[in-house]
Amino acid sequence: MGKKILMKGNEALGEGAMRAGMRHYFGYPITPQSEVAAYLSKHLPKRGGVFLQAESEISAINMVYGAASAGRRVMTSSSSPGISLKMEGLSYLVGSELPCLIGNVMRGGPGLGNIAPAQADYFQAVKGGGHGDYHIIVLAPTTCQEMFDFAVMALNLADKYRNPVMILSDGALGQMMEPVVIPDEVPIEEYDKSWALTGAKDRPPNVVNSLFLDEKELEEHNIKLQEKFKRIEENEILYSEYRTEDAEYLFVAFGLVSRIVHSVVDLARAEGIKAGLLVPKMLWPFPKDRIAELAEQCRFLMSVEMNSGQMVEDVRLAVNGRRPVYFYGRMGGGVPAQRRVLEELKSHIEGGTK
Amino acid sequence: MADKVGTVEFIIAGFGGQGVLFIGRALAFAGLARDVNVSFIPSYGPEMRGGTANCKVVVSDGEVGSPIVEEPDVLIAMNRPSLERFVNTVKPGGTVFVNSSLIENEVERGDIKAYRVPFNELAREAGAERVANLAALGAYVASQDFFTLEDMEGAVKEMVKGKRVELMEANLKALRAGYDFVRNLA
Repeated sequence: MGKKILMKGNEALGEGAMRAGMRHYFGYPITPQSEVAAYLSKHLPKRGGVFLQAESEISAINMVYGAASAGRRVMTSSSSPGISLKMEGLSYLVGSELPCLIGNVMRGGPGLGNIAPAQADYFQAVKGGGHGDYHIIVLAPTTCQEMFDFAVMALNLADKYRNPVMILSDGALGQMMEPVVIPDEVPIEEYDKSWALTGAKDRPPNVVNSLFLDEKELEEHNIKLQEKFKRIEENEILYSEYRTEDAEYLFVAFGLVSRIVHSVVDLARAEGIKAGLLVPKMLWPFPKDRIAELAEQCRFLMSVEMNSGQMVEDVRLAVNGRRPVYFYGRMGGGVPAQRRVLEELKSHIEGGTK
Repeated sequence: MADKVGTVEFIIAGFGGQGVLFIGRALAFAGLARDVNVSFIPSYGPEMRGGTANCKVVVSDGEVGSPIVEEPDVLIAMNRPSLERFVNTVKPGGTVFVNSSLIENEVERGDIKAYRVPFNELAREAGAERVANLAALGAYVASQDFFTLEDMEGAVKEMVKGKRVELMEANLKALRAGYDFVRNLA
């Protein structure tokens, strides 16, 4: 069963990655993510790994490219402004089909913003923040335990699809402490890495590259990537539900906000309002089929986020006009208050009965 | 000693340096040891470099919903700005612990229970004024029947293992002093 210890979300992220065999970390400090690096700098060398604080985020992501090319399990992490700096490298990683784990402990933006929790990097994460046509798998933990578990899952998925995987967290999840069960062994999935650059002894050299000057060749590469993304969409999905069986009003929320809305559902139910909650724990691919299915039984849906309304667009695409989809959000580090969300829900219920 | 805690939500607030995060972490460690669910979230903004600091703790038999406590069952106010900022957020029927060494104001709400305890004086008598936070933790323990003094002693020993050992005795003395003070009010 392993042991249960009190950990910060950021520490759990680092520990999970190490347990899953990550032995190469390259990063650059930024609040509220720095505990990931602090924790790994202490523990990774003891487990035979390399911790390297690069001179910049851009260096760090390109070091990730190097270690991933060699077939190693590798990770970087940062917070919003630092993640923006890594976007060029991320596009190269996808183009070269390299697996890696990227942690984003989101803070308030745009620009330098502040260090409070936010979810304003949703678009950047799920729609492809770098150049070119691509997707990365995006996991959205809601607890410190999931920071640990999803790090393991992310490294497995990255190898499975030869694609970067992002853990999209926020300052509050990174800084808070909760008990985390560290199992004695985690499931490490082994995938073929015969493509890796390992010295070419007794075999023809491999090439890891995202440069295809010939248009036909690049189009074919793109088609291959798109087929892979389609395969991911068909095979991977992760969400949870709370009191949805008879829900007439469906909340959709991810990450920290899903915990707040979980409490709002209880407040609403105590007043006889049949509210339910769907929590996407994978943001790409998005649980669109399940949302569409639940929409059939609901009067309306409401997305609650710490941004100006980003995931709500994907909820609307899933619902495809069959039900109203409302939005409530806070920006710049503001966290939605339970009673305020409940009021918002009630105002739409009243508005609908007029 | 009760074996169920229900759900108790805390806000613990004071000046940076008064050890309010320590109180919160001790509650979380004690909760973990008693095998209930806990969450602890500190204020981590620029405020922790001077000014006010606070943390939010939830202890529950069930799943912890929002870790961001908005309406606490228990408020521990180590200084006056903290009392003023949070006292009106306490749930009706809740409890507030006021550090009467530094706060002259009375709690004017009639629907919550207020304990005025001179945490700094109790700590000074225990050997070090800087362990006033432990007196506050002890005062809380005396007000309820889930956590025992032994739970908290265990948590404190676990947390300061190898660090600041010279304060250990004062820590434990202050914890007991806060506990006894509130017990003697009853």
